Amino acid sequence: MLFRRILAAAILLLPVLTAGVLPAAPASAGEGPVLRRGNAAEPESLDPARADTMNAGRVLSDLFEGLVTLDPQNRPRPGAADHWTVSGDGLTYTFFLRAGLRWSDGSPLTAEDFVYSFRRAVDPAVASTYAYLLFPIVNAPDIVAGKNRDLSRLGVDAPDPQTVRIRLSRPTPYMLAAMAHSNLLPVKRANIEKFGSSFTQPGNLVSNGAFTLAEWTPQARIVLVRNPNYWDAANVHVGQVIIYPIASPNEEFNRYRAGELDITYTVPNAQLDQIRKTMADELHQSPQFELTFIGFNLTKPPFAGNPKLRQALSMVIDREALTGKLIRDGSPPAYSAVPPSGAPDYTPARISWSSLPMAERIARAKALYAEAGYGPDHPLTVEFRLQTDEDARKVAIAIASMWQTALGVKTSILNEDFKVLVEHRHEKQVTQAFYDAWVGDYPDPVTFLDLFTGSAGENDPGYSNPAYDALIAEAASTVDPAARRELLRKAEGLLLEDNAIAPTYNRVELYLAKPYVKGYSPNPCGYTFSKDVTVLPQ
Amino acid sequence: MISRADAMISIVIKRVAGAIPTLFAIVTLTFLMMRLTPGGPFDRGHAVSPEVQANLMRAYHLDEPLTAQYLRYLKDLAHGDFGPSFTNKDFTVTQLIRQGFPVSLQLGLSAMALALVIGLALGTYGALHRNRPSDHAVVAFSLVGTIVPNFVMAPLLTLLFGVTLRWLPAGGWGDGHQLSYKILPVIALALPRISSIARLSRTSMIEALQMPYIRTARAKGLPRRLILLRHASRAAILPVVSYLGPATAGIITGSIIIEQVFSIPGIGRYFVDAAINRDYTLVSGVVVFYGTIIVIFNLIVDILYGVLDPRVGKR
Repeated sequence: MLFRRILAAAILLLPVLTAGVLPAAPASAGEGPVLRRGNAAEPESLDPARADTMNAGRVLSDLFEGLVTLDPQNRPRPGAADHWTVSGDGLTYTFFLRAGLRWSDGSPLTAEDFVYSFRRAVDPAVASTYAYLLFPIVNAPDIVAGKNRDLSRLGVDAPDPQTVRIRLSRPTPYMLAAMAHSNLLPVKRANIEKFGSSFTQPGNLVSNGAFTLAEWTPQARIVLVRNPNYWDAANVHVGQVIIYPIASPNEEFNRYRAGELDITYTVPNAQLDQIRKTMADELHQSPQFELTFIGFNLTKPPFAGNPKLRQALSMVIDREALTGKLIRDGSPPAYSAVPPSGAPDYTPARISWSSLPMAERIARAKALYAEAGYGPDHPLTVEFRLQTDEDARKVAIAIASMWQTALGVKTSILNEDFKVLVEHRHEKQVTQAFYDAWVGDYPDPVTFLDLFTGSAGENDPGYSNPAYDALIAEAASTVDPAARRELLRKAEGLLLEDNAIAPTYNRVELYLAKPYVKGYSPNPCGYTFSKDVTVLPQ
Repeated sequence: MISRADAMISIVIKRVAGAIPTLFAIVTLTFLMMRLTPGGPFDRGHAVSPEVQANLMRAYHLDEPLTAQYLRYLKDLAHGDFGPSFTNKDFTVTQLIRQGFPVSLQLGLSAMALALVIGLALGTYGALHRNRPSDHAVVAFSLVGTIVPNFVMAPLLTLLFGVTLRWLPAGGWGDGHQLSYKILPVIALALPRISSIARLSRTSMIEALQMPYIRTARAKGLPRRLILLRHASRAAILPVVSYLGPATAGIITGSIIIEQVFSIPGIGRYFVDAAINRDYTLVSGVVVFYGTIIVIFNLIVDILYGVLDPRVGKR
């Protein structure tokens, strides 16, 4: 009888054991339609200064509103400021706040709030990852580096409660667009001082965007409700947004099909054909300000001092086949360093041989390969490192086979844990060729071109060309937008001519949205705005 | 001869005393292994500016020498403080465990209870109908349950009941109080355990039924029901009990696969994410927590053994 008793006790105890420790049901209000969105992962933080991925950025853009925001084409549009002026020397930006702005708790939002938030973003104790976005502002680099401990020396002030003035130490044409970055969203001082690091918890978090935080269960969901104190609340259609962190695209797709999500973050590549057949009208694409490329380690053999070899390898990659047959999600092949969508007004430079037909490219590549000292009897053996990821691996195998077929290159593909790969790339000791992708932080070519200057910490290929650095520096001090763009395009041309990287494609983000969801349009930097969405009655 | 109660107490004391160095070793090894793994918590796809990197390292004390970091960690741990999470920056490790563990516990205990009831019933049934078709069916079922891995079974259940039939949610945890979200994960988690328990209890029941004391009981003319429940089941359940300890500890501290597949906010999910992201404190916290749970469950098994098996504690 004993085991039956144990069993009975176990079963009886079950609710007792588990009931006491479960949190109480959250109270979630929010009149109006509910929008359920998939998000790739749990946000690392909802503190604008400490968040550093788009997993957080996509939530923060619903919770907060900066001085300016970005439209679907990545152009700045008015946010908390309804207009602004830039001084003739390009050094002073003056933002004029909308009248009567309020925080979600009803208290007034003033220029001082922005001054506080900007100072906090450069405070070394806050350790904001994106503090470098503020480096063009007077004294910002010294404050971040701890050389100047007086936060009030930052070149940001509030001449009156409606005006935020930002002084730069050098003209920075992209500063306006950078203002839209989630790192520069305003936070409420009183709540940070009261709650410390738990100021982002539901109940503590006060925001100024279209929505406010109602529930946050890590790894389960985030619930936002409409903020009645938002200046444009009358035009916010959605009453409640539920954001689910779902790491696996397959699982997200299943939950979308099961009717549990209205919008997905992405689409599983393997299901693409079926989706195109059965739910084509629900499939949408959003071009990203993103470059996928092969980086060459220019500090070690075989690629150091061997531009011909690099060019040969770049030329034989059939980018059209790669994007059209393998990736087939609408991503365009890349022949430039700066992606075509995302930097308004800028036309990227193009690799000179990009218009040649594939057969001719291969013929030329063979000649270059031979000139570089390789051939059938003496083939190149190369290690190609990439992050452990099924889709990246498919692309790498395809590229390796193009190298093999056209030139006889022997490639060993090495999958590495992401953090290990990053360390290897930065150290530049063991890497030869590596697969990489970079998403622009702000809508300007510099967010890509800065990566390859001699002093950049991100310069994983170890590209070092004084002429390139000089062009980037000259562009940085040029106020005239057209002249600046011309200098940047020249620099980009140089980078491509030197074959420091082999651009492969520009990713588009595919996502599914139910037919009753209208107005959703992620921008090329990845920000999404639930306030623009209308959910039609089903 | 010492009394049974005394023997039990000495077992408990011995186990607890043994657990402390074990836990200490776990803490130290985890600390060292995490630090020796290439890549750090703040290594991004592209390096941030050196000043920013330095501020980050300082904010989390990663700029200190390893021994200083270790001593700081031990000191905090002694105060029950697992430290801040590096990748869930708005939460401390303690907060995350407090939030995740009840979910894993509920899921795990429900699955274990289900597995125990069905597994024991199947195993006993199989033993009593040994070598008949119904017994073969039980054996076949346990084999399938053991062979088909969780990461195949779970998506299959999701596709069938979530996507195709739409009877149950395909994933997620709802607001934490909706039963419908829990049914599929509990079944998926219970299935392999049902098989193991059925297999174990079938074998041990067959063995027990052949014991001389069972024959004696039968000769005494005791009813079959009573023989089975009072005599055979006590011996037959022992292997299951020793299986239950570690299995329950494992199941309630988070099934990594099930929690991933169903997007359940338990601590198994944190474990994977934390390891990938080099969230030193979260990995250590979960490991220490997990270690403690295992020690406690092994202790419970030892005590249960004492209760169930009259030979334990007698000299």
